[in-house]
Amino acid sequence: MVEFAGWEMPVQYRGVIEEHLAVRGRAGLFDVSHMGEVEVRGPQALDFCQRITANDVSRLKSGQAQYSLLLNKNGGIVDDVVVYRLEADHFFICVNASNTEKDFQWIKGNSEDGAEVENSSSRYVQLALQGPLAEKILQRLTQLHLKEMRPFHFSFGEVSSIRCMVSRTGYTGEDGFELYCDSDQGESLWDRLMDGGSDLGLQPVGLGARDTLRLERALPLYGHELDDTTTPLEAGLEWVTKFSKASFLGREALLRQKQEGINRRLVGLELIEPGIARSHYPIFKQGQPIGAVTSGTKSPTLGRSVALGYVLREQSEVGNNVEVEIRGRKVEGRIVSLPFYCR
Amino acid sequence: MEFPDGLKYSKEHEWVLVEGKTATIGITEYAQEELGDIVYVELPEVGEKVVKDDPFGAVESVKAVSDVFAPVGGAVLEVNDTLPDSPETINDDPYGDGWMIKVEMSDMDDLKDLMSADEYTEYIEQQKGEEDEEEDEEEEGEEEK
Repeated sequence: MVEFAGWEMPVQYRGVIEEHLAVRGRAGLFDVSHMGEVEVRGPQALDFCQRITANDVSRLKSGQAQYSLLLNKNGGIVDDVVVYRLEADHFFICVNASNTEKDFQWIKGNSEDGAEVENSSSRYVQLALQGPLAEKILQRLTQLHLKEMRPFHFSFGEVSSIRCMVSRTGYTGEDGFELYCDSDQGESLWDRLMDGGSDLGLQPVGLGARDTLRLERALPLYGHELDDTTTPLEAGLEWVTKFSKASFLGREALLRQKQEGINRRLVGLELIEPGIARSHYPIFKQGQPIGAVTSGTKSPTLGRSVALGYVLREQSEVGNNVEVEIRGRKVEGRIVSLPFYCR
Repeated sequence: MEFPDGLKYSKEHEWVLVEGKTATIGITEYAQEELGDIVYVELPEVGEKVVKDDPFGAVESVKAVSDVFAPVGGAVLEVNDTLPDSPETINDDPYGDGWMIKVEMSDMDDLKDLMSADEYTEYIEQQKGEEDEEEDEEEEGEEEK
């Protein structure tokens, strides 16, 4: 167990690699209750969410969710979030654990009449059931028609008699679901899901494998690939940023950066020589520093040493040979296309 | 957890098997379990000098990297060439096939600082106790999702 953002979190149950491969091959269950939830309600809720997020909330019908960003005035990323539209005037924003209080204060600080903001993090437990067998396992326990639930859609229903919000989302690069229920039912939900899936090889999965799974799929992690000083244009998240919207926080700064061009870009790296590139290791091109690694590991699925990092834009083309300095030794690597793994 | 009797142990969780002037060095069961799945091992070259208490190599799990410190000083006689291709051997057999290097000791007095199996077992218990206390005291973790 490790302490993380005030939560006691399991790093691993039976071993990171075993858990990682269970999710890729069968299914894994994660307790991600540390994730925060902020709710926005009221007649102005839609307009308010449009203003504080980069993606276009008006495209969401009730029962749909979208990946989005909270941006500051300079276009820097306050957090990356998932916005759920529960009803026309009720939104549910899932935020990163370590940012919950920051996000809540920031959202409240920008709030306006007609949009009530509430930090409801402590009310919910969030479990993630991920992997190719996730649908089969969950369908045993619920009347919801999971086959008809498309990615980034969600429904309310009972899972083994426990009322849940069931969402076809995740952070692993596999098919799967995230389930939200009342905190006091969380433990029962966990036990029933484990019982319902153990014969199909469902395994509990800790934070360690959560990190290697998301990294293979090149999903950014706040505090590593994203922070208050990185912009969506640099992080390869321009697709999230809908300039077609008339206004949102950070829009002007980002339009300016788009015109002027970015200096650095997030890239994927693969090491050609043995070694593992870790966060903060410097990246060089012919002896000149060009950037730094933000996350890296040995990919359990691919068996190769992979990393994400920022490099100067002019050095960011796929195929470019670079070096990563690992404990004083320069190790050869190459910029590769992302993601490293795609199901 | 097993700590064989015939070995000497360091505070950094390396073990040493002494045969004459030759010391075979690896990491303990406790160390491999703390690290988790080992996926990469960095070893010195034969002939290189290792200095007591300085890092001579590194082991990496998917999650983290750890230096391995030399419990004794001397010249490297042999390295375990199978480890780079199958680093998980250290997890599977830390005291056997998972050995890391053999060193010709330059100063037999280096052994005086090392612990017996019983002393090391006690040391581990102490460490665990302190860890629990630290966990209770810690406030904020590192940023993670």
